[in-house]
Amino acid sequence: MVFDFTTENFENQVLKSDVPVLVEFWASWCGPCQRVAPILEALDQDVQGLAKVGKLDVDEESKIADEFGVMSIPTIIVFKNGKVDQSTIGVQSKETLRKLLGV
Amino acid sequence: MKKVIIIGHGPAGISAAIYLKRAGIDPLVIGKDHGALEGYDDLVENFYGQEKPLEGVTLIQNGIKQARGLGIEVVSDAVISLETHEKGFTVKTANHVYESKTVLLATGKKRETLNRPGFNKYRGKGISMCAVCDGFFYRKKKIAIVGCGAYMLHELNHLKRMTKDLMVFTDGHPLDADIDVPVVHDKIKKFSGEEKISHIETKDHSYEVDGVFIALGTPSSVEFASQLGVIVEKGNLVVDKNYQTNIEGLFAAGDIIGGKLQIAKAVYDGMMAADAMYDYLKKKK
Repeated sequence: MVFDFTTENFENQVLKSDVPVLVEFWASWCGPCQRVAPILEALDQDVQGLAKVGKLDVDEESKIADEFGVMSIPTIIVFKNGKVDQSTIGVQSKETLRKLLGV
Repeated sequence: MKKVIIIGHGPAGISAAIYLKRAGIDPLVIGKDHGALEGYDDLVENFYGQEKPLEGVTLIQNGIKQARGLGIEVVSDAVISLETHEKGFTVKTANHVYESKTVLLATGKKRETLNRPGFNKYRGKGISMCAVCDGFFYRKKKIAIVGCGAYMLHELNHLKRMTKDLMVFTDGHPLDADIDVPVVHDKIKKFSGEEKISHIETKDHSYEVDGVFIALGTPSSVEFASQLGVIVEKGNLVVDKNYQTNIEGLFAAGDIIGGKLQIAKAVYDGMMAADAMYDYLKKKK
């Protein structure tokens, strides 16, 4: 399942996760972000049990987007042990995202 | 509505046009500049069938003449935006708006548009290549747009909805648009800041900015494609074995998909993409 991360669940679901977490910062008005959705769905199927995959709406959750300096979407950040491990801007292939996750 | 619009009139675009024409489809080719063959100092001597080495630009002009001779419509115009909709694509140029079921991106690869200190460092940290994607983050902030023509105007009009605090930097180029915001004509020396960008520096001045949008010359395929959500890796558009991107109906060929950056390979790509587009259109019927 592709998670919807929010300010409320971010700490528990992302920062305290014991597996790597890939977060896509997106918004409903962002054209390129619509193209990321099917890629995340497929990636999520591939990494089940190994990693978490989810997205965070920068309109709704602007505080978290600001905290991580997101100024361009889609931005994709991989968190490991509560810290930013990898980060990239733009639409990427499933294979590249999996490499970022390192699983 | 057109069946095929080809953006780019170099080896990949023109050979795709020729093969499509032979398959009974009338493509429209729109092109402006000459990709890597422009400013290429040496003569091209490694391409089959030329009696004498030729200048890259001459080769392209010959290709355009060849296509026109075969009854293909080749328009010289700068494409400034590409959008998708249910039935296909809208291609906006400096002078016209066209509709098409499919689009082939074959613009080739230009050199980096703004190779200045700080450009790569602040990319995504205040420097953006796409007003539609990132304008939102700069609401009511100080925005600079780097550009001088129709593409700049297109981005400026979008950004006007976000803020009133706008400036245009032509980076030493003559201004070719009628605009009502302050203009700096000096060349940009560097982009500076801390974590995020904070200033654009010219010879004599340092200008405070929160965001910088690059809209110089005409956008490259990589720029259009990123705005639409095409997968871009290492500066190349990613296509499948049918030369189709992850967006249905949007194809790409030539230097922009990577591999050998050679005319022979671009010509091959163009032919293969034409076949794939023909099959795609046939299935769509």
